[in-house]
Amino acid sequence: METIVEKSLEDIFEEKIASEIRIEPKDWMPEKYRKTLVRQISQHAHSEIVGMLPEGNWITRAPSLKRKAILLAKVQDEAGHGLYLYSAAETLGTSRDQMFEDLLSGKAKYSSIFNYPTLSWADVGAIGWLVDGAAIMNQVPLCRTSYGPYARAMVRVCKEESFHQRQGFEIMMTLCNGSEEQKEMAQEAFNRWWWPTLMMFGPKDEESPNTEQSMRWKIKRFTNDELRQRFVDMMVPQAEFLGLTVPDKDLKWNEAKGGYDFGAIDWNEFWNVVKGNGPCNKDRLKARNKAQEEGAWVREAAMAYAEKAATREKKSA
Amino acid sequence: MMDHHTQPAHVLHELQFKTPLQEYSPEVRQLVFDYTLQLADTSLILSHRLAEWCGHGPILEQDMAMTNISLDLLGEARNLYQYAAELEGKGHTEDDLAYLRDAVAYKNPLLVEQPNGNFGDTVLRQFIFDTFHYFFLKELQNSTDHRLAAIAEKSLKEASYHIKWSSEWVIRLGDGTEESKKRMEAAIDELWTYSGELFEATPTEKALQELDIIPDYTSIKAEWDKHVAQVLQEATLALPQDQWMQSGGKYGRHSEHLGYILSDLQYLQRTYPGQKW
Amino acid sequence: MNKKEWPLWEVFIRSKQGLDHKHVGSIHAADAEMAILNARDVYTRRMEGVSIWVVESSHIHASNPEEAGSFFDPANDKVYRHPTFYVVPAEIKNM
Ligand SMILES: [Fe+2]
Ligand SMILES: [Fe+2]
Repeated sequence: METIVEKSLEDIFEEKIASEIRIEPKDWMPEKYRKTLVRQISQHAHSEIVGMLPEGNWITRAPSLKRKAILLAKVQDEAGHGLYLYSAAETLGTSRDQMFEDLLSGKAKYSSIFNYPTLSWADVGAIGWLVDGAAIMNQVPLCRTSYGPYARAMVRVCKEESFHQRQGFEIMMTLCNGSEEQKEMAQEAFNRWWWPTLMMFGPKDEESPNTEQSMRWKIKRFTNDELRQRFVDMMVPQAEFLGLTVPDKDLKWNEAKGGYDFGAIDWNEFWNVVKGNGPCNKDRLKARNKAQEEGAWVREAAMAYAEKAATREKKSA
Repeated sequence: MMDHHTQPAHVLHELQFKTPLQEYSPEVRQLVFDYTLQLADTSLILSHRLAEWCGHGPILEQDMAMTNISLDLLGEARNLYQYAAELEGKGHTEDDLAYLRDAVAYKNPLLVEQPNGNFGDTVLRQFIFDTFHYFFLKELQNSTDHRLAAIAEKSLKEASYHIKWSSEWVIRLGDGTEESKKRMEAAIDELWTYSGELFEATPTEKALQELDIIPDYTSIKAEWDKHVAQVLQEATLALPQDQWMQSGGKYGRHSEHLGYILSDLQYLQRTYPGQKW
Repeated sequence: MNKKEWPLWEVFIRSKQGLDHKHVGSIHAADAEMAILNARDVYTRRMEGVSIWVVESSHIHASNPEEAGSFFDPANDKVYRHPTFYVVPAEIKNM
């Protein structure tokens, strides 16, 4: 006979993680796991929402009706992604209002990439191709993340993402096969977006304090540097195909590691943008705050109407 | 390769109308062309206005709702422009028609080019239009012009959703808080004057009505009056008195707003003429 | 922002006629009518559904995960509830 040992909640939790069993909202979980998740999921949600702004800029200026429809549907998808993710975070007991408040006050972070401006139509192509490409690379492993609602939201997100990168690539390809002016437009946009995109994977592993714990809890599946390397290896041949020059003089194939060596990332720039000093940090927060403030009366009115209608129904019942 | 389920429906639905062109005399063909263009302009400009909300709505869920309506209208506009281009027979594309005509050539009614204002203004503009659009498409489905009938049939499904969305919101905001009621009253003051033009037939429209190609507006106006009165009553909003109605858009005499819309819309095509995007 | 947030609703979608409604996620809405429209706008943009149910999240009562053992394990040894538990001679078809 085995002696029955009372297992601690923590042991049960760790066992589930070890055997790849998803954690669900009502399951016991360590407070720190919960906090890490709320932070990561809400940051992710904020990135989707703020990310609508730089591309949204171009919906009214898209150069053809087809591009306009695609871009509109794409930016709308990002709103959906934000929404799925906020919902996933809400299952952990934090309200969307609370998360919004943290975003709007500047307390919460979102992906720094969206603090760069979109200056030409080629930026829309570059964002779809590079930024969504990097996002997908980050997101695919998250479909297996240990928290159930997050993993399920990510499955939905990844399914929808698959056309985002392609439409971006298609824009770039059209420009690269177009006039001299269009080719220049594409190269110029590529030059501006390449490095900030590499920063999207986050700081170097040595400087990423949360990575180790997140890997152990299987919230994260790969380190920042692993994903960054994969991304470079994937994108360089695509850039070559387009006839674009990667703006990195140190880029070269390393036979031994079977991947590219690439130049040093300007981490000063990264941290500076994270701190709020990017070219568009202020504009982005202003736009989100404005939408939230100007929508307040609408949200209140709908609630007031719903309450009135409910009382009327009760009375007539 | 690309899995169809991952494509947005709006992108998949390209070039779906393959009915061959009907035999028309050159005069009638010109009339149908002009009118199709007018419908296309109307849907495009309203779609454009709604798209301006993308990323700035009062709550995420409504951001998505407005984008959906915008995409529906854009899809409708494209179907119409494609048809117009075929009728014209000069080798123009939908984009040539949308991107290379100036404001005076645009024939949309004034209502749809009015600025978004606050969410209440947008809801009311949409409500005035959706109600018209819905009852109009119901009739246009029976057009003797097969293509217009097919486009109407497809768009009617979307318009049925639009009228539901905007009617519900008029009621909610009218009967919501004191503030929301005030805002809706202000929106009515501002926008009612543009409702009449929807039912005002230009010589082109009159000619097509006589040919039974497009519906008469009398019964549509009656349905519109009825629905609008019902919704406003439920919204506890007063039905406006008869008043001066602005018009001119259908003749190309627009408000100053349209020029700005077109300078955004057409900027790339104008700056880099003749290129592929 | 200190005002009341719209309640949360759980969304269930029937992906095609003949199948069950399946939980797909949640949305915020002020009332049930709006919840259905919002669910449509958020969760059926790619022809994912033919019917929608929404239910206010606060109305859902769930079993307690800590009782999962006592709730669900007792079914483990009731193999006789499954058809494969029984031996049917090879000559007998269609059973
Ligand atoms: Fe996304
Ligand atoms: Fe995306």
